[in-house]
Amino acid sequence: MNSIKKITKMKLFLPIFSMILVMLLNVIYDIACGNPPLSFFQIATQVTSSGNTVLFGRLIDVLNRGSEVAILAIGMTLVVSASAGTDISVGSVMSLAGGMCCMLLAGYGVTNVSEYKVPLVVGILAGVALAVVCGIFNGFLVAYLHIQPMVATLILWSAGRAVGLLLCNSAIVYVRVPSFQFLGSYCGMIPTPILVAALCILVAALVLKFTAVGTFIQAVGINRKAARISGFNSSKIILMCYAICGLCAGIAGIVATSRIYSADTNNIGLNMELDAILAVALGGNSLGGGKFSLAGSIIGAYTIQAITTTLYALKVSSAQAPVYKAIVVILIVVIQSQPVKDYFKKLSSKKAAVKGAN
Amino acid sequence: MKKLKIGGNNILLLITIVLFIAMYAMGCIVYADKGFTHLQTFLNVLINNAGLICVAAGTTCVMLTGGIDISVGSLVAMDCMILAVGIEHKGMSSITLMILILLIGLVFGCVQGFLIAYLKIQPFIATMAGMFFARGMTAVIETDQVSITSDKIFVAISNAKAKIPFGIGAYTNKKGVLQIPYVRPTVIVALLVVVVIYLMLKYTKFGRSIYAVGGNQTSATLMGLNVAKTTMMTYVLASVLCSIGGICYCLNTMCGTTTQALGFEMDAISSAVIGGTLLTGGVGNIVGTLFGVLINGTISTLVKSNGKLISSWANIITAILLCFFILLQAIFAKIRENKKA
Amino acid sequence: MAPSLYACYCMLGGRRMDSNIALTMRGICMTFPGVKALDNVDFTLKKGEIRALMGENGAGKSTLIKCLTGVNKFEAGEIYVDGIEGPIVNKDTMDAQKKGISTVYQEVNLCPNLSVAENLFIGREPLTKLHTVNRRKMNAMASELMKSLELDIDVTQNLENYSLALQQMIAIARAVDMKSKVLILDEPTSSLDDNEVEKLFDMMRKLRDQGVGIIFVTHFLEQVYAVCDGITVLRNGTLVGEYSVEELPRVKLVAAMMGKDFDDLSSIKPEGIKDFKDVPLEIEAKGLSHAGKIKPFDLDIHKGEVVGLTGLLGSGRSELARAIYGADRAQTGTLKVDGKEVKIKAPIDAMNLGMGLLPDDRKAEGIIGDMSVRENIVLAMQAKQGMFKKIPMAKQNEIADKFIEMLQIKTASKETLIKQLSGGNQQKVILARWLATEPDFLILDEPTRGIDIGTKTEIQKLVIKLAEEGKSVIFISSEIEEMLRTCNRMAVLRDGQKVGEIGTDEMTQEGVMHAIAGGEHHE
Repeated sequence: MNSIKKITKMKLFLPIFSMILVMLLNVIYDIACGNPPLSFFQIATQVTSSGNTVLFGRLIDVLNRGSEVAILAIGMTLVVSASAGTDISVGSVMSLAGGMCCMLLAGYGVTNVSEYKVPLVVGILAGVALAVVCGIFNGFLVAYLHIQPMVATLILWSAGRAVGLLLCNSAIVYVRVPSFQFLGSYCGMIPTPILVAALCILVAALVLKFTAVGTFIQAVGINRKAARISGFNSSKIILMCYAICGLCAGIAGIVATSRIYSADTNNIGLNMELDAILAVALGGNSLGGGKFSLAGSIIGAYTIQAITTTLYALKVSSAQAPVYKAIVVILIVVIQSQPVKDYFKKLSSKKAAVKGAN
Repeated sequence: MKKLKIGGNNILLLITIVLFIAMYAMGCIVYADKGFTHLQTFLNVLINNAGLICVAAGTTCVMLTGGIDISVGSLVAMDCMILAVGIEHKGMSSITLMILILLIGLVFGCVQGFLIAYLKIQPFIATMAGMFFARGMTAVIETDQVSITSDKIFVAISNAKAKIPFGIGAYTNKKGVLQIPYVRPTVIVALLVVVVIYLMLKYTKFGRSIYAVGGNQTSATLMGLNVAKTTMMTYVLASVLCSIGGICYCLNTMCGTTTQALGFEMDAISSAVIGGTLLTGGVGNIVGTLFGVLINGTISTLVKSNGKLISSWANIITAILLCFFILLQAIFAKIRENKKA
Repeated sequence: MAPSLYACYCMLGGRRMDSNIALTMRGICMTFPGVKALDNVDFTLKKGEIRALMGENGAGKSTLIKCLTGVNKFEAGEIYVDGIEGPIVNKDTMDAQKKGISTVYQEVNLCPNLSVAENLFIGREPLTKLHTVNRRKMNAMASELMKSLELDIDVTQNLENYSLALQQMIAIARAVDMKSKVLILDEPTSSLDDNEVEKLFDMMRKLRDQGVGIIFVTHFLEQVYAVCDGITVLRNGTLVGEYSVEELPRVKLVAAMMGKDFDDLSSIKPEGIKDFKDVPLEIEAKGLSHAGKIKPFDLDIHKGEVVGLTGLLGSGRSELARAIYGADRAQTGTLKVDGKEVKIKAPIDAMNLGMGLLPDDRKAEGIIGDMSVRENIVLAMQAKQGMFKKIPMAKQNEIADKFIEMLQIKTASKETLIKQLSGGNQQKVILARWLATEPDFLILDEPTRGIDIGTKTEIQKLVIKLAEEGKSVIFISSEIEEMLRTCNRMAVLRDGQKVGEIGTDEMTQEGVMHAIAGGEHHE
């Protein structure tokens, strides 16, 4: 009994538990369908149309498709922790970064090219840099003008995608150069997005481990006044978090663009901000700011993708999937909510009292 | 004679109204040849945005309590789909369906309101779940686009014109035919909603409680108001208004698709913000929201009238306006703070 | 819990209280984890009386008020209110209000975005036949109420358009109109100017004449003598006494509040009187001020000197120290540290000059609740190093262990969250945070508040040790004997102004109390 309590009190209990639950669901489904029970975890190789041998399987698919959300979740975690608010502009900024990149590579007004106008690196860096600028804009509004994060980021939520459309002259800009597709396709046998996400996570994890950035952000998020007295520049730290969030959105945007080798500004990153926020919440992080667990958010991000992939396997269409997502969200937040927690506490203490009486 | 009070918040409303008039006047001057001066152009803005007005009215009430509701866009899409599928595939009467939709709005609002008011879940998260749910349900009901053509009553309401009496704004077009300006029934519903909500906010206990809860929740509790109940009722109201808005929206588009009304929630929120409603709660006015919607509508009409500009300019201009108003609000908040110190 | 004699007496026919009494509290006891906040406190309030409730921080004033209004649940004792039979227990403030006990707080608990009339009547608005709010009638009623209190206010204006003083009076008007028998004014004058205070007093006197019993909580001595009829003094959770104004002149009041029981001083008092004349200055403040809070002041602090800031709470003693540290923006004047003129824009600048500030509000400005003891200890040190140079874990552990050992911090482990520690131990952790930065100049604002006697002595000894090592300290405390023990010199503040300094030779309990109380000779 005690060991169960200990486990449920662990920091990463919730995200890991939900991840396992989703995997279990897959196993049950596979058994029901007569597939080998562990087919979810099976990794096979497959030859693509271009003749490459690549890894293939549902697990690989989850890791691959979940890359963008995982990258976004890094930035979102920091923003939520430091400012107790969410950045709802990340989806739009993704689209903007992709649009900027493709516009530079193809030239303004050109919708289909097979060679670069400017070197690939310039295009990518410009896209990412623009995203960082967006992040700084959000951060400035939140940290220095004390505007609620949601309202502040609402501006770019609306404008980001629109400016992206403008850059692409309202068209889908195709960049049909193999090297541009690299980030969205395969690196050897492994899908490149997985590697990009892994790299981002690694960098973030190393920075958090070997510098005091995490302490700074959390201190500001938990008690801004006390952090100030102890010598932290809270506004600067919040600004930094938003800039990092912008950076993440930029990288995710480039990956998403590379996947479809085109800047489909209307659809890239659509509703991605919601997934990113959800990943943070699923990771057991309070949206009220303060302590955060990056690992939790990352697991949360992949859990969302695992849910989606599972639903597809269950023949639920992508448009219908949100219904189940909604149910998952509600269940998680209700379990975490204070009144429900109090209720269970009362219940268990009553039980203990009854036991004591016996 | 009551003195006109000009405080920070009234100034915001005033700026909104002046801005709308200026914007419209500019349209009249620049695009006079495209019929901008005709009353009908203005009425078209109302017709196109009747649904949004209803939805934004609900959003405003929620924002007045200091909360937020981002489920409205999806709920509108679901309403449209229910109407479309109900009429076309199930052969149900449109009247039954409309009542059904209002009931769905009621239940939807109750669930969201309960989660927020009693389980203390953050409004953003609770309504995000609602958003996912409604959007997904739309696809569960039907994934293809369904156009509404077979229900006579519904088509009739959609096509009905309420002509402006006494020849106000009437003109003869190039072919020499007399054009009498008109509005659709949806506009009348929308304006009715605005009037009712205006009166409710100003003259009922419930309306004043909304302001009190948004002004200072602790104080409201200490003054003996039932904060949880007020909060919950506000979300119910918002969802019901959203259902009315959904019906109006559907009467305009006459179809149901899964991608309908995408981003509608943000249009509603930005209209309210432009109209002077503070997201921190307690300050705002339904009249401001009406003008916020009109400004949004006028911007897209202006962009359309230009013809050369692509439609995303409308979003950009709205975003710039939004930014402007948010900065204004921040400045006014700062001034007030300094005054106190 | 056995019924007290008083309760028995009530049951045996003496049910009704003395018809002249508005409120009686008997034997109120209340403990917070580890601290006895109220120990058998009695309190009586007559009808038509203004009674000051006095005491320094931690004396139990606010706890007593909260017990009365139902915010805190007291463990023992009874409360009787005029017109209600038997002892009452309030579930919450609403319940208390229904029984005729209203509270007006320093931060006005009304809705700034509603009109004055609405604030007066919300929740009980007059209705029309259609069950809508009858605004005209409500405004008329509100105007009448304002007129009866001789307030010239347009009730249709939003509350936020009026000064804090008027807002407070409106809050009082609401309480009065709800037929309150007991009105609690919790530090209502803290943010008012003299004129506004006078207006408030007029109103209080008027209400007194109408038979309302008023409990007035304040830190300003002048105000007590200006408006009150009686004084109840608490100290360390116990009742010192209930007095009439005449029998308790200023100095006696200060003595009652601060306690006179000297304990063994000689044990830790530094040997002999040190002469700091030839010691270089650490801090040199000239005309330093903080807009609206502290009038310009000069202050020199020598190396190795402990300077006490004394004065009642609200006299500006914290604000003066914070002005030096740059904790609140908008300071003016010049500041020299170690002989060089410096500009401090944010706390980090002060820290880089070797300063540290232990704030008085431990919860709001001290602890980072969700972080561990270790993280809290190394926090300021880390802030000084910048965010990219992380203090290695081994060193963090070493520092944490060192200070836990040195200050005897009672914690399950250094990874325990600081919010789970008792107040005293939290304070030690914050102290450790600053000691870890090896400061030259330390500001300690109420370092011993809410801490048991043993720890208090330890902290006092620590301060003296720091001074012996050549570090300068500003020491702020509500307890005079503690200051006498630790300080070499004291600066006295009153009403946001530095009014004088007391050298070592004049530092006696009596002398300090006279300096704090001030103004006595005017009467």
